Amino acid sequence: MNPPPRTEAQETRNKSRQHVGQRRMEDALPGELSLHEESPLVRPYGDTTGDGMVQISFTLPVPHDKRAEGAALQLAAKMGMSPAILVHAKSIAPSFTFFVVYGAVTHLVDLREVEVVERDFDVLSARDTNALIRKRLRRKLVVVGACIGTDAHTVGIDAILNIKGFAGEKGLEYYREMAVHNLGAQVPIPELVNAAHDLRADAVLVSQVVTQKDAHIHNTTAMSAAFREAFPAGKVPLLIVGGPRFEEGSAKELGVDRIFGRGTTPGEVASYLVHAMIERPKGKSA
Amino acid sequence: MVNLAKRHTTVSVERATLRLAGLSGADHERVPWVNHLVDRVRQDVGLEHGVALPVWDALRRGDAPDLTTLAQKAAGGAVTFRLPEGKDSTAAGKAARTAISRGVRTIDKQRATRDKLIARHGDPKQKPWIYLIVATGDIYEDIPQAQAAAREGADIIAVIRSTGQSLLDFVPEGATREGYAGTYATQENFRLMRAALDETSKELGRYVRLTNYASGLCMPEIATLAGLERLDMMLNDSMYGILFRDINPIRTFVDQRFSRQIHARAGIIINTGEDNYLTTADAVEAAHTVTVSQLLNEYFAKEAGLADWQLGLGHAFEIDPTVPDSFRLELAHALLARTLFPDAPLKWMPPTKHMTGDIFRGYLLDGFFNLVGAMTGQGILLVGMMTEAVVTPWLSDRDLALQNVRYVLDAAGGLTEDFHPPREGLIQTRARQVLREAIDLLQEIVDDAEETGDPALLAAIADGTFGAMKRPPTKGKGLDGVARKAPGYLNPATDLLSEGSDR
Repeated sequence: MNPPPRTEAQETRNKSRQHVGQRRMEDALPGELSLHEESPLVRPYGDTTGDGMVQISFTLPVPHDKRAEGAALQLAAKMGMSPAILVHAKSIAPSFTFFVVYGAVTHLVDLREVEVVERDFDVLSARDTNALIRKRLRRKLVVVGACIGTDAHTVGIDAILNIKGFAGEKGLEYYREMAVHNLGAQVPIPELVNAAHDLRADAVLVSQVVTQKDAHIHNTTAMSAAFREAFPAGKVPLLIVGGPRFEEGSAKELGVDRIFGRGTTPGEVASYLVHAMIERPKGKSA
Repeated sequence: MVNLAKRHTTVSVERATLRLAGLSGADHERVPWVNHLVDRVRQDVGLEHGVALPVWDALRRGDAPDLTTLAQKAAGGAVTFRLPEGKDSTAAGKAARTAISRGVRTIDKQRATRDKLIARHGDPKQKPWIYLIVATGDIYEDIPQAQAAAREGADIIAVIRSTGQSLLDFVPEGATREGYAGTYATQENFRLMRAALDETSKELGRYVRLTNYASGLCMPEIATLAGLERLDMMLNDSMYGILFRDINPIRTFVDQRFSRQIHARAGIIINTGEDNYLTTADAVEAAHTVTVSQLLNEYFAKEAGLADWQLGLGHAFEIDPTVPDSFRLELAHALLARTLFPDAPLKWMPPTKHMTGDIFRGYLLDGFFNLVGAMTGQGILLVGMMTEAVVTPWLSDRDLALQNVRYVLDAAGGLTEDFHPPREGLIQTRARQVLREAIDLLQEIVDDAEETGDPALLAAIADGTFGAMKRPPTKGKGLDGVARKAPGYLNPATDLLSEGSDR
């Protein structure tokens, strides 16, 4: 069915539009993008569809003068802003200038090319985590943490376990339904295994920061082997290692259940524990 | 509680005592000599008599010409310590007192220097004083940043410590260039930063104060180093380490008392950590725990000799902004603290929990935070960053944050004069309610005392009354560094501090 012919006014407006090819229109002609169908190609939205408007702010290490303003516009142009409008420039230190720039970007975003890496568990709030443990496990979830071998860097394990926490999230100690035992630094592996046994640990968290001569790899494999030796099959606690230099995909190789990398927050670890213990138990007796 | 603190000593108190006597430095593995010496003395004669007698007895017997050599020899196992008796004991005690009093006099001199510099350069023109944080991990990066921040208007520079330092049972040595989310507190770092800020103070005609953290397992030593190197403020909370770092309660109270005695002597303003209660619990429901903590901090501070002007009691703007009347509730809480402690330079801390990464909304929230500070006459204002929880503050973030503060203080700084909320209004009613809840909680703590004879507060901490954390006195980090004093225990440092004498 042919669309109704356009009025003269519509035609005039149409000619004044920029980026005609990419714009979705209410009154789309064949071949043009229509507002009514989801387009895979999008631009930033200021106040009109397809205007591509963005704002950025940044600081350049130069004194505020005409040259600095030109430099800011040059940067904006190189970032794909055309036209760019310098709306604010201010000297914030003897040789630093702060800028705010508005402008249209020439880039298109193709939604079809966006890749989303799905986490295999949901991140829960502390309240939901506690509620799930209370309802499903019906006892406290026991967590034992340590730095093993010669590693004295407790930063990682403390960030995850201590109530002080990390990145604005409280550590696992803060969770009422978890019993957390932080054994601290330089814990020998046999001691960790014994502690896990005595405390009936559901999960063992090990932090490894030192990576000299692959110490983190050796320590981790030694640890997982010791646990598999000391516990009957199916009764081994969840083994989790964290540290900035592990490859996230190497859990199986190292014999552990999960690896967490740099920037992991306590909430993510807590959510994983609940996911692994409750939502997908691996034949453990509660 | 105070008696409990007086009946015990800790490895860190003893190490601080040796630091006052001038022992510094570390071995090639960076283990400080004070640690070596205290450990060896403890091995030979125990900690319960204090290290002063065995150490100065060994010096008198000619085991080493000076403290450092003695520590080095002791580390190698070449010295055996004994507990001197009779005349030997008296003589060793006297020698110890002479040596340790030198450190105390250095602290006194540094305090006098501060007074002189303040008289010369002047205090900040406005109240509250503007407090800015620097944290790069590298002291040589921190210095230019701190100087820039001072030029931009900061009255107080705080150097955040490296994550995890509070759990180290030693103080690192020397200038440090790597830290995690902060810079290590060391004597050399203190000295470098204070010297740099002295330069900047002169340039600006305004004494710029320096802040660090006396908390964690080495609290007494860090307080001592702060006194020796003329730091001006120290974070120093009576219960923070127990609740948030799982440090043994007895260790903490003993270390606390010593560090506060040092702060009192050094003219250092302490900053307490009540903001932490509000980040772990709901800021409306837990408002009264802040008041209770402020009262406890005030008590322990005054007992240790601190004056009102040295009590930077903390509180924070942490109510969920979606709660109706959140701003009025913040005003009520801030005004309550102001009214309860009229002579203390209260430390007002910005929103962190409800800073979402939406920097634009965060900027507005910080504006309201500043407004509460201006309206209720707070003493120290920690500048809020709109990029809280996003990045460590950029140069431009700091500039914008300071513009926010300056605008509010210039526009509304005088509002304290006009702002007298009516008795039956929401603000006063709410303040009375929080105060009542605080009194009830204190009563509950007193009633809850256990038959074991432990002080009521210790029982309350064990029960999880504060911050929902249960911390029994028999557990926690650093317990093995605590010793009950034996009859004849001697520590000239605590004697000098308690007496107020310098010889």
